[in-house]
Amino acid sequence: MSKIRKLLSGNEAIAMGAYHAGVRVATAYPGTPSTEILENLSKFKDLYAEWSTNEKVAMEVGLGASYAGARTMVSMKHVGLNVAADPFMAAATTGVHGGLVVVSADDPGIHSSQGEQDNRHFARLGRVPMIEPADSQEAYDFIATAYEISEKYDTPVLFRITTRVAHSKSVVEIDMGADRAERNRYFHHHVEKYVMLPGHARLRVPHMHRRMGELTELAEVTPLNQVIEGDGRTGIITSGVSYEYAREVFPTASLLKLGLIYPLPPRLIERFAGQVKKLFVIEELDPFLEDTIKAMGIRVEGKKHVPHFGELNTGAVRHAAVKAELMTQATPAAATVAAGNLPGRPPLLCAGCPHAGAFFVLSTIGKRAKVLDASGRSEKESGLIITGDIGCYTLATYPPLRAMDTTACMGASIGQAIGLVKAGVSSKVAAVIGDSTFMHSGITGLIDAVYNDAKITVVILDNGTTAMTGHQDHPGSGKSAQGSATQKVDIAKVVEGAGVRNLQVVDAFDIKSVRSAITSALGSGQLSVVLVRGKCAITNRVRKNKRQVDQDTCNDCGVCLMIGCPAIQKKEGKLYIEAGACMGDECGICQQLCARKAISAEGKAG
Amino acid sequence: MSMQGGKQDILMVGVGGQGIVLASDILGDTALDMGMDVKKTDTLGMAQRGGSVTSHLRIGQKVWSPLINAPEADILLAFEKLEAARWVGYLKPGGTAIINNLAIPPLSISLGTQLYPADEAILGSFRAVTGAVHLVDGTEQVAGLGDIRTLNIFMLGYLSRFLPLEISDAQWEKSIARHLPARILDLNKRAFVAGREAAAGVDI
Repeated sequence: MSKIRKLLSGNEAIAMGAYHAGVRVATAYPGTPSTEILENLSKFKDLYAEWSTNEKVAMEVGLGASYAGARTMVSMKHVGLNVAADPFMAAATTGVHGGLVVVSADDPGIHSSQGEQDNRHFARLGRVPMIEPADSQEAYDFIATAYEISEKYDTPVLFRITTRVAHSKSVVEIDMGADRAERNRYFHHHVEKYVMLPGHARLRVPHMHRRMGELTELAEVTPLNQVIEGDGRTGIITSGVSYEYAREVFPTASLLKLGLIYPLPPRLIERFAGQVKKLFVIEELDPFLEDTIKAMGIRVEGKKHVPHFGELNTGAVRHAAVKAELMTQATPAAATVAAGNLPGRPPLLCAGCPHAGAFFVLSTIGKRAKVLDASGRSEKESGLIITGDIGCYTLATYPPLRAMDTTACMGASIGQAIGLVKAGVSSKVAAVIGDSTFMHSGITGLIDAVYNDAKITVVILDNGTTAMTGHQDHPGSGKSAQGSATQKVDIAKVVEGAGVRNLQVVDAFDIKSVRSAITSALGSGQLSVVLVRGKCAITNRVRKNKRQVDQDTCNDCGVCLMIGCPAIQKKEGKLYIEAGACMGDECGICQQLCARKAISAEGKAG
Repeated sequence: MSMQGGKQDILMVGVGGQGIVLASDILGDTALDMGMDVKKTDTLGMAQRGGSVTSHLRIGQKVWSPLINAPEADILLAFEKLEAARWVGYLKPGGTAIINNLAIPPLSISLGTQLYPADEAILGSFRAVTGAVHLVDGTEQVAGLGDIRTLNIFMLGYLSRFLPLEISDAQWEKSIARHLPARILDLNKRAFVAGREAAAGVDI
């Protein structure tokens, strides 16, 4: 059997492990830090991979595939599982036919999410087993075990990773000879298992409890859980990337490293506890392992010293260990130099971003620079409230645009806007949402606005791609996850079909049209939609006639700076356009906004 | 293959679009080829939108944590000066700082709400930690070669002189070729050599 060693990210390793475990169907909606799992799986031609409309649909497609006997992987970020919770709970109840592994990618420290949550609780909620790898090798190896468990115990298996495991690269030995054996792919009719009428569901619940009992027995003996013998003074129970930190900080301690983190093995833990003087749990986020161990009647410490939120690292673990009197050694000298009060470098909308013009218009109509104080607050209503959504465009919250008042979760902008007007705010309300997010969960909100006659303006920013997560295709892009041409879902027709009578479609780079469309929509006194179309600046490679500033004509009014375009900069009091970044003819918004006509295409001044 | 101190923690920092992740991928694969254990972790997600980028690369006989702890980095390789200043607290006392002499002002500078720190303040913060501070005119040199996008490979060439690993030229060429398309390979090889030569006269 041929084996190769490669440096793989956790996500790449999961995809490779799933492929080698014989996965036939893979579904996902993009979301950091989980996106690369399906991206990598979609490269294989002997399986079916799709970007689903949202995580709920991904889970439902996955469930159908599992019922058909196919080994199936459904992957999503932590908050994606909130969206998919309904079919996930159904899957937990019906069980599976082909193995079903659900990857939940948690984001401790909130690198790229709207919140922090510990999805290990979903295992308890759904009464399903949960597996957690600590590095890429385990991510690769544990997937095969996850499928065996899923099929043997008739249950979906949650595979929990965190950003640090998903996006770190470590060495993986890959078994290139792994066989993708074809399993029984057929649907067997079984209404008591698959039709969840109350009477049938009541029959499934005892099965779920029985399976947790059996899985607890498995947890006692599975090689997913390992004891690393040490000096017996300190015993550490840990899992995931926390294990790596613990191993580095405590080179001689005894460790119980859990790979199957739900259900836990009481006898194994009791035995381990009996062999060490002091028992300590190191885990990120909630005291999930700790509380379960305490409930077994075993004395253990953890969250008394280890932070409840954010990511851990070796420094944080060492600090907690000193607090817990497990080591006296102080942390290595704290940074001797403070970085001082340095300017931040928040991510920005790109030069040539098709969203910038619409936000410039919303920002100026709402007089945001005057109304909001430096921290983005105002006690008085501003006349225009802008509810926002999840995507690159959430960055329009930052100065200079400051054109967003809310962001909650995928698709929430429209529902929130309805709620604001129905509650009777005196301001006009605009909801801003991107094309992929609109497909994901904006449509139901829009239908609610039509049905309940909510007088809001919905601005749909359509750049033809799921940009923030790295340009994945979606139902409106005309291309499938595996690269084949597919029917485009036309947003304008969806909007009209839902019953919206006031729809305007405008070119994102024609600032006058964008302004007049948004102004007339806000003034229409009815439910209105403005669909702003323009290509994403990252996917659009065309660069022609870059813009430049004529220093003699420019009076430094600063209007162009208010677009927030990173190509427009100021050096020694002079405005200039960074040629390396400017999109030129593809954009031209700054030129349209310059009242003195000081901005023109290179070589075409005057 | 043995290394002084048993491990090398290399923190690469800069701005989205400077090719930092690729540079650390190339070095990571090279170390793996030489039989070392390697872990690396990048900040991803919003980096493409011009935000700060960091890449932690750890090389050793056995590496546990993928993250470098502050202040334990053996080498800080900074592609931009403000980002260098931001991460100075990660460098171990006496560690090596390699800083590309380039300022990319964030938008707050253009808007006039903040000031870009002076060179002396940035370099001073490093000199408080170590004597080994190298300010390199990388961007200027690769502009001379014809394409500023080769900065990452130039910086890798400069860094190569400071690694306690004996990596042959052939090995470097192989690693670079594995990560770059053929049409830009020659240019990048020249950038690597230029970086290596730029460090030739430096007291290591």
